[in-house]
Amino acid sequence: MTVTEALANPAIGRPARAPGVVPAARQVALRALRKYIRTPSLCIMAIVQSALFLFSFRYVFGGAIQVGPGLSYVDFLVPSYVATIVLFTGGGIAVAVAEDKTQGFTDRLLSLPVPRYALVLGRTLADSTTNVWSILTTAAFGFLFGFRLPGSWLDGLAAFGLCVLYAVVFTVVFIVMGLFAANAQAAQGMSLIAFVFAFLSSAYVPATSMPGWLQPFSKYQPITPMVDAVRSLLTGSASDVGLALAWSVLLILVFTPVAVFRYRRA
Amino acid sequence: MNVATEPGAVPLLEARGLTVRFGKVTALNGLDLTAPPGQVLAILGPNGAGKTTFVRTVATLVRPTGGSLLVNGRDVVRDPAGVRRDIGLAGQFAAVEPTMTGRENLEMTARLFGHGRTAAERAAAAVIEQLSLGEVADRRSSGYSGGQRRRLDLGASLVGGPRLLLLDEPTTGLDPVSRREVWDAVRGLAAHGTDILLTTHYLDEADELADQVVVIDHGSVVASGPLSELKASIGQDVIEVAVTEPALVGAVGQILERVTLTAARHEPGGRHVSAPAPGGPAELASVIGLLEGAAIAVDEIGLRRPTLDEVFLTLTGEARDDNSNNSDNAAAAAGPAMNGSTR
Repeated sequence: MTVTEALANPAIGRPARAPGVVPAARQVALRALRKYIRTPSLCIMAIVQSALFLFSFRYVFGGAIQVGPGLSYVDFLVPSYVATIVLFTGGGIAVAVAEDKTQGFTDRLLSLPVPRYALVLGRTLADSTTNVWSILTTAAFGFLFGFRLPGSWLDGLAAFGLCVLYAVVFTVVFIVMGLFAANAQAAQGMSLIAFVFAFLSSAYVPATSMPGWLQPFSKYQPITPMVDAVRSLLTGSASDVGLALAWSVLLILVFTPVAVFRYRRA
Repeated sequence: MNVATEPGAVPLLEARGLTVRFGKVTALNGLDLTAPPGQVLAILGPNGAGKTTFVRTVATLVRPTGGSLLVNGRDVVRDPAGVRRDIGLAGQFAAVEPTMTGRENLEMTARLFGHGRTAAERAAAAVIEQLSLGEVADRRSSGYSGGQRRRLDLGASLVGGPRLLLLDEPTTGLDPVSRREVWDAVRGLAAHGTDILLTTHYLDEADELADQVVVIDHGSVVASGPLSELKASIGQDVIEVAVTEPALVGAVGQILERVTLTAARHEPGGRHVSAPAPGGPAELASVIGLLEGAAIAVDEIGLRRPTLDEVFLTLTGEARDDNSNNSDNAAAAAGPAMNGSTR
């Protein structure tokens, strides 16, 4: 085509075509996972943090919270705590995404012939994986602190599956937060919004114990049906599961395009 | 730029009235530029001149508000994906993953360019060899020196075999030794035939690396051409004198003007006087002689490269209006012994 067709270094070929979505997403995901695994403060602290919170709820606040006759607080708490743990640890995702943006890594990725949605897909795959790790370790701590499955282990597995779905949903939401944050600190601050939804839900206290004016918010925001669905799956029922799935799909359908669009112009 | 292009050769870069606005801020203001292939092009300008915006526009990270920009014949708006396959970007920050080794970083980027596993490994190995990163290639890049990290970043932009390498301020923030390392690497790439667009606010960096220079300010081109041509006007050495008392500035200025036949300048109330010296060392000797004859005591006297501010004064005939004189410009003026010693 031009004189520049001659390559600078004959050992470095020019790829015949741009990478496909899956191979590109895989590289993006591998890098994020390597960073997570090789940074002890990320993978260890997430576990310590989730264990500490669970310990505090279970043994500090738990004694003062009445969850109804015939149900111990630990059995009320652990399923919803596992379902919402990503809301506490997911701030790290927003921070990592914001750091990539401010430190030039996102610019590098965007200057490469990579499909834009591969960036979101790769990031989501990696962070969902680390979140499943959080859920697993948190569930293990739940059992350690006295939680027992009320139904069969198959029911337990179904409930765990739903928690994994939530992990993916929350991951996409935190990615969007990171993309909109100006820097890592802002991303950290923004991720506190998740705390509001976590605390103003039926996750840690029965929604009926909240003042009347707060109950509508608690009832109609997504986290309440999502945790209620996990609790009902554990007991072999399926109430709220439809609503929880609907919320999950809606959140993914809304936030994924926003993430792709925002990456495009990061 | 008005550089003759071989008939039929596609210009590497062709900007026509390129305009980029961010809200009310105009970063590029109708920039016109044509760069033929086969060379190192330096975009020179002060902070805020629009250098980084230009590179980001070439890299398809910023969409032009107006005008057009072709990279290797491809339109950045209509065919951004095609442009991305032709370029390699090394931005102002070393965008490497610190928890990964140099080799892992290079192989990852090669895969993201579209290489298969084997080709990616081969490209990474070739870049490691080319940029002399062999000793540290299998260590995590978090332990690299500034120069090593920057070279790795440079390497990452090379693994896709780009036609055009974009380097945005490749040595900003580096110590003098690392700066030399990066210069050597860039020179090596250029010698192998890689086309390079680099931005810098160091005059000596453009001097070391570039075949062609484009000076921009306030988002448009102020001057351009082969460095040898520009040097006559902008590369002129400057005699600078520091007098013992501000009152002596006037007398010294007169002597400088009489010898160099150029206009002497000084900061109001300062003790420094300077003037471009087309005749170089010979004129310096005459000035010293005349100062002795007039019994004017000076603290310091010497010949130095012009600062970027002085270059702009020469090119535009007016001082830069933002007056954001910064240490970077001072470093460019400090001469070879002090190159890059800011920060």
